[in-house]
Amino acid sequence: MAKAMREVAIVGVAESDLGRVPDKSKFQLSAEASRLALDDAGLSVKDVDGLFTTIITEGGQFSSMMMAEYMGITPRFTDSTSIGGSSFVVYVEHAAMAIAAGLCEVALICHGSTNISDRGGKGGPVSQSSEVFGPTQFEEPYGVSTVGSYALAAQRHMHEYGTTSEQLAEIAVATRKWAVMNPKARMRDPITIDDVMNSRVIASPLHLLDCCLVTDAGGAVVLTSLERARDLNKAPVRVLGSGEAHTHRMISQMPDLTQTAAAISGKLAFERAGLTHADIDVAEIYDSFTITVLLTLESLGFCAKGEGGAFVSNQRTAPGGDFPMNTQGGALSYTHPGMFGIFTVIEGVRQVRGECGPRQVPDARIALCNGTGGVLSSTGTIILGRD
Amino acid sequence: MAESPSPPLPPLPKPYQDTAAYWEAAREHRFIIQKCKDCGEYQFYPRGVCSHCLSSELDWEEASGKAEVYSFSINYRAPHPGFADKTPFVLALVTLDEGPRMMTNIVDCDPDEVRIGMAVTVTFDDITEQVTLPKFRPI
Ligand SMILES: [Zn+2]
Ligand SMILES: [Zn+2]
Repeated sequence: MAKAMREVAIVGVAESDLGRVPDKSKFQLSAEASRLALDDAGLSVKDVDGLFTTIITEGGQFSSMMMAEYMGITPRFTDSTSIGGSSFVVYVEHAAMAIAAGLCEVALICHGSTNISDRGGKGGPVSQSSEVFGPTQFEEPYGVSTVGSYALAAQRHMHEYGTTSEQLAEIAVATRKWAVMNPKARMRDPITIDDVMNSRVIASPLHLLDCCLVTDAGGAVVLTSLERARDLNKAPVRVLGSGEAHTHRMISQMPDLTQTAAAISGKLAFERAGLTHADIDVAEIYDSFTITVLLTLESLGFCAKGEGGAFVSNQRTAPGGDFPMNTQGGALSYTHPGMFGIFTVIEGVRQVRGECGPRQVPDARIALCNGTGGVLSSTGTIILGRD
Repeated sequence: MAESPSPPLPPLPKPYQDTAAYWEAAREHRFIIQKCKDCGEYQFYPRGVCSHCLSSELDWEEASGKAEVYSFSINYRAPHPGFADKTPFVLALVTLDEGPRMMTNIVDCDPDEVRIGMAVTVTFDDITEQVTLPKFRPI
C-alpha cells in the first residue's frame, strides 16, 4: 500500500482570506479555501468524493458531516481524525491511502478557523470553564496552557542540553525574514535576536516572539490519482512518503519532553519515500513555538538529539541559509488559526511547483512537511516531490 | 455598600468514577496513587485500568509525597480568569518518588528559586470546601 500511495498527487492548494476576517465564519473560510483549491486543480466541487476535516472550536461537532453538508458534498470516504494541528498533514496520508485503495478519487482536505475574531480580536484566555471533567482535571486546575506546556519542554531541553533563548530566537528571526517576502504574511517587519529576547516573557523561558500568531484563516488541499492528476491544471506533486504517530494527550504524560512523535512519523516517511535527509530541499516545520521547531528538527533526525540549538544558529534556516525552512513565514509570522498543519502542506506544494516568487527556494524538488498537534502530542510527516 | 465581587475560581476538578477516591483523599490531606495488582506498576493520573497492562485490579496506596522537579515554567499570563490574581505562578511537572510524573504548582517559594532537580514535598491547597489540590513545596 505504501508503494501504491506514491501514485497519488496533490493537485490543488489554496488559502482563504487570512489575518482578521471578522465578517466571515470559519465555515465560509473553509469552503472558500476549498473552492480556490479546486480551481487551482481545475476540478469542481462535484468531483469531490472524499472529505477530510476537523473543527475543534464552537460549532464544530461532527465536522466532516457538517462541512460536507455546508458545501453540498456527499462523500463516500470521510475522516474527522482530530489530533490537533497535525490532523491536516495526517489527512494527506489518509487521503493518499483512500485513493490508492480505490475508496475515493478526489479528496478534499479543508480547514477554517476564526481564532482571533472569536476572542473579540485579542489573544489571551480561551477557557472560561469552571468544572473540568475527564483526565484534564489533573492539569487545568494548576493553570496549564498551551504556551505553558511548550515552555515546560523548552526548560527541560535547556537543562539537558544547554540550549539557550538566543538559539530559540534564531528561529523566530529567520522565519520573519521569509515572511518579509510573503505579501500574505501578517508580520513583515524584520526582527532581531535582541527583539525576541527583549519581548516580554509569557511563560519562562518563552518570550512573546517565541510564540505563534493568533489569526483567522482557512486552507484547502486537493488530491487525486497521479494518472488523473496528469490531465489537470498544475504539475502534480507526488506524496512520496508519509508517517503519523502520537505519544500522549497531556504534557504531564509526555514520555520524554525533549523528543516528539516525529521520531516515529519522520522515520516512517523517510523509509517509505526511500529518501534521506540530504534529499530534502525545503522543510516546512510546524512552528507553534520556536521550541516546537527545535524539537522537531532533532526528532526528525536532521541533527542529533540536543544539537538543535547549534543546528539553527547563524540564521541557517533563513533565506540564503543552507536549510531553507518555513518559507512562507510560518505560524510565527504568516498566519496561525489555532491549527496550522494545512499551511505547511500548501507551502510545501508551492515550493515544489516552483511558484513562490521572491521566496522560491531555487530548484526545490523535494519538500518535507511536518505537523505537530496538541501539546507536542501528535505528528504527521509527509515528503512531497515533483512528478 | 456592595461587596466587591470575589475573583472567579480557577477551573476545578469534577470527580468521576476513576478519580473520586483521589479527590476525596486530597480533601482529607492524604495523597494517594494507584498501583496495579497484576503488574506492580504505579500510575498517575488515576484511571479505571492500568495503563501498563490494562488490568482493572488497582490498589490505592498512600504515596510518600516526595518528588523531584522534572521541569517548570514561571507563567506570567493567566490561562483562565480564575488565575488573573495569581500570576506569576509556577507550573511544574514533578517526578514522584514512586515513579510517575504529575502536573502541579510549586508553592511557598520564590518562583525564581525553582530549579529542575529540586526536591519537593506535597502540600495541600484547600481551594473550596469541596476541592483540595495537592501542590508541592521545596523541602
Ligand atoms: Zn450556486
Ligand atoms: Zn498493570
